Amino acid sequence: MAADNPPPGNGKDTTNATTTKAGADAYLRIVDVRKEFDGFVAVDDTNLTIRKGEIFALLGGSGSGKSTLLRCLAGFEKPTAGKIYLDGQLLNDLPPYERPLNMMFQSYALFPHMTVEQNIAFGLKQDGLSKEAIRKRVEDMLALVQLGKLAKRKPHQLSGGQQQRVALARSLAKGPKLLLLDEPMGALDKKLRSQMQLELVNIIEKSGVTCVMVTHDQEEAMTMATRIALMDQGWIRQVGTPDEIYEQPTSRFAAEFIGSVNLIDGVIDEDESDYVTIRSPQLPVPVYVGHGISGFEGQEVSFAVRPEKLGIGKEEPAQQYNKAKGVIEDIAYFGSHSVYHVRLPGGYKFMANFANVQRWASEGLTWNDEVWVWWGDNDGVVLTS
Amino acid sequence: MKLRDLIRKATPGPRWAVISVPYLWLLLFFAIPFLIVLKISFSKLAIAMPPYTPILEYVDEALTLKLNLGNYAALFTDSQYVQAYLSSIQIAAISTFFALLIGYPIAYVIARLPPSSRNIAMMLVVLPSWTSFLIRIYAWIGILKNNGLLNNLLMKLGIISEPLQILYTPMAAYIGIVYAYLPFMVLPLYTNLVKHDQRLLEAAYDLGAKPWRAFFTITLPLSRAGIIAGCMLVMIPAVGEFVIPELLGGPDTLMIGRVLWNEFFNNRDWPAASAVAIVMLILLMIPILIFNRVQQRELEGRLT
Amino acid sequence: MSRLRQRSLTWLVLGFGFAFLYLPILILMVYSFNESRLATVWSGFSVKWYGELFRDQQMLEAAWISLKIAFWTASAAVVLGTLAALVMTRMRRFHGKTVFGALITAPLVMPEVIIGLSILLMLVSMGQVLGLPSKGVIAIWIAHVTLTVSFVTVVISSRLSELDKSLEEAAMDLGANRLKVFFLITLPIIMPALVSGWLLAFTLSLDDVVIASFVAGPSSTTLPMKVFSSVRLGLSPKINALATLMIAIVSLAALVGWWLMYREEKRRQRDMQLALQENG
Repeated sequence: MAADNPPPGNGKDTTNATTTKAGADAYLRIVDVRKEFDGFVAVDDTNLTIRKGEIFALLGGSGSGKSTLLRCLAGFEKPTAGKIYLDGQLLNDLPPYERPLNMMFQSYALFPHMTVEQNIAFGLKQDGLSKEAIRKRVEDMLALVQLGKLAKRKPHQLSGGQQQRVALARSLAKGPKLLLLDEPMGALDKKLRSQMQLELVNIIEKSGVTCVMVTHDQEEAMTMATRIALMDQGWIRQVGTPDEIYEQPTSRFAAEFIGSVNLIDGVIDEDESDYVTIRSPQLPVPVYVGHGISGFEGQEVSFAVRPEKLGIGKEEPAQQYNKAKGVIEDIAYFGSHSVYHVRLPGGYKFMANFANVQRWASEGLTWNDEVWVWWGDNDGVVLTS
Repeated sequence: MKLRDLIRKATPGPRWAVISVPYLWLLLFFAIPFLIVLKISFSKLAIAMPPYTPILEYVDEALTLKLNLGNYAALFTDSQYVQAYLSSIQIAAISTFFALLIGYPIAYVIARLPPSSRNIAMMLVVLPSWTSFLIRIYAWIGILKNNGLLNNLLMKLGIISEPLQILYTPMAAYIGIVYAYLPFMVLPLYTNLVKHDQRLLEAAYDLGAKPWRAFFTITLPLSRAGIIAGCMLVMIPAVGEFVIPELLGGPDTLMIGRVLWNEFFNNRDWPAASAVAIVMLILLMIPILIFNRVQQRELEGRLT
Repeated sequence: MSRLRQRSLTWLVLGFGFAFLYLPILILMVYSFNESRLATVWSGFSVKWYGELFRDQQMLEAAWISLKIAFWTASAAVVLGTLAALVMTRMRRFHGKTVFGALITAPLVMPEVIIGLSILLMLVSMGQVLGLPSKGVIAIWIAHVTLTVSFVTVVISSRLSELDKSLEEAAMDLGANRLKVFFLITLPIIMPALVSGWLLAFTLSLDDVVIASFVAGPSSTTLPMKVFSSVRLGLSPKINALATLMIAIVSLAALVGWWLMYREEKRRQRDMQLALQENG
């Protein structure tokens, strides 16, 4: 567990010490890249280091700058400032057709007047490969995405999922050093998505290519990526593995963006090296956090705890801290689990998740029941921004 | 490395080749000719080839610029010219109005058809303009003559006893212009109307608006760009029309296009014709600029 | 408005509209088969005027000249028009873009007498300086290209701006430079618009009488010029015959074109249905 909360995201790589070997296996380096459009700053002094073989996700809402950054990597936008290095090579002055990377577009952009085969072969033809070499490679690609039978079809004769595979095959055909994915699941319907997410990861890992993907869908990023960069209004707020970001968000933004979270405002009461207590007007007893943080007494902070970490029941738990009493205001039933919304006397509403196989279900918690919620010493995170 | 970059920056890329070819053509054969017309409008008629005097003369080591304003003077003093200009604008404006009156319902109705029928209907509207303009005007001669089809029909039906004098009157010119330019009115109107969101009207009906009211408060204002484009596409060339007034109009159908033609072909007075052209251009400048603004946005693909 | 009233209003408007547009044409065609010389009094069915038409050497020669000019006009206009359309839709602001835009859109509405006069005077001036002929087939070609390039640009621009930009970006990403992208990807996809543009320019050129009159030389009389001079003298059934032929050709071409597009569209829909059903 990280001993200190990293400082709020300001573009620097904030993964913990053990994983940052700066320079050594940095395959893609984005250095101080900035992109402005007529005075509007789309991407603001970002720095990222991406390792070979990673699947790296740029996650953010619209206007976060993620797509702009991707397009800078691809060469469709010229950064206002900064440099981009891929495998040691400076990309800035290279036009898109000279960069050793390929992109899979959100709309797939399959050439409508060409067959599947011709689409996949297009990039290879530009390199001037022999007919035989092209044919073999196309065959290999079709086998990789399992579309061998559809080689002679045209894009409009394919379903959405099939088109996606062709787009993927086409972008992998040249064996690029970097694969860029622009909202890869954006055009698929929900049912196909989860299935395709894992398949896509399999194919990418099989081909061993380094991948940067852009998405607004946090589930997609969490499922597919090895590391995620959370972006907001041109800034990178946090970089880390999916579980790092989920369990250790470094800001309110990060905590709220991924999944649901209970955020309680309070003030640091006791600040010791191995524990911290926080007083909040919302809670009857203080919050006890089982590790030290870099803060000070009297500092205003937010305490974040995920809904699935909470215990809920009619009996008051024995622990001295980390509990509160309230009334069940709403129960949202999701089939596999339920979310209990518990209203505290101070007005704050806790969200508590439960898989419906738990024995609480048999305890018959229902609307307007008075219940206690509680959590463990290390179940939550203290946020200072 | 540095030198190569410098050279690359200095030489115009393929981008400039793409821009310059059409640019130069149009400059040379569309824009600059107007300057030449301007120059010759200051010239005097001469029995020479070409039939005008040069305006720049180098005599006795003196360079003189002779601007003959006689042509312009004639335009403003001779009432015939003034009348022709006014009459042209009047005829063009009235024809445009009727073209709008007839064309708008047609465009509206077609825009409301189901998509498959729409395309066929529009094709049928545009098809006549693919056949010869000249011949379609010619067709009206036979119809509007004193012993032409229309009069014969009306007389046979007993509606009139004497043939109506339509051909060789301004009335025939009106009919001709509306007929010839109707597709040009319908097309931009249709392009605009077909983009309208039906749900806006449905919302209006839901809120209690009667159909006519909804039309006037919602559809009509939204189709403004189409109306302007259509009217400009009809009115501006109609002002300078020659063929229609020549074939269908009579001696009292004064249109400035005819005046220009006569000056050039009958009087062989190139300078006079040039002056007529320049004044016509000046008159049309504002409508042309309006049309230009609307059309450029369309070309670039931006929605107005 | 009730469905029924809306439907009958539609039929009424379309009925009158199409009647207005097509009756004169139909009348023209009918009277081309009229026995009598008087083109407005029906005296019997005859095809003799068609025979006369084909025996008219001057008319045939003029037709040939017009066709040649129209062909070369359309071809040049498509090339220039495609370039112009690329500039208007694909290029960001550059210094002369507004002027360029004005140069492209103005010919759409400019009265033909002005275009004809100005180009003639331009060619005469050029002729004085460069010693080139200022009248004749080449002159007509130049004038016609200038007239039609705007129309072609409009047609192609509309298709280009609808084209998904990511198709061109994908091609660049895969290694094709801008030139290759244009010829391998953009051009094949917008080809139907190019064909439309070509046909439009062809028609406009074939039909022009005003501009041609200004710049035609003594030996380059075009068909419309011939028709015009004939028509000024009065009605002539030979012209009716010519008209009918032209209308028939255009209608046939339109029909064929429409049928081809219809078939293609039906096939596409069938393919997409198949793909959906398979759901691979």
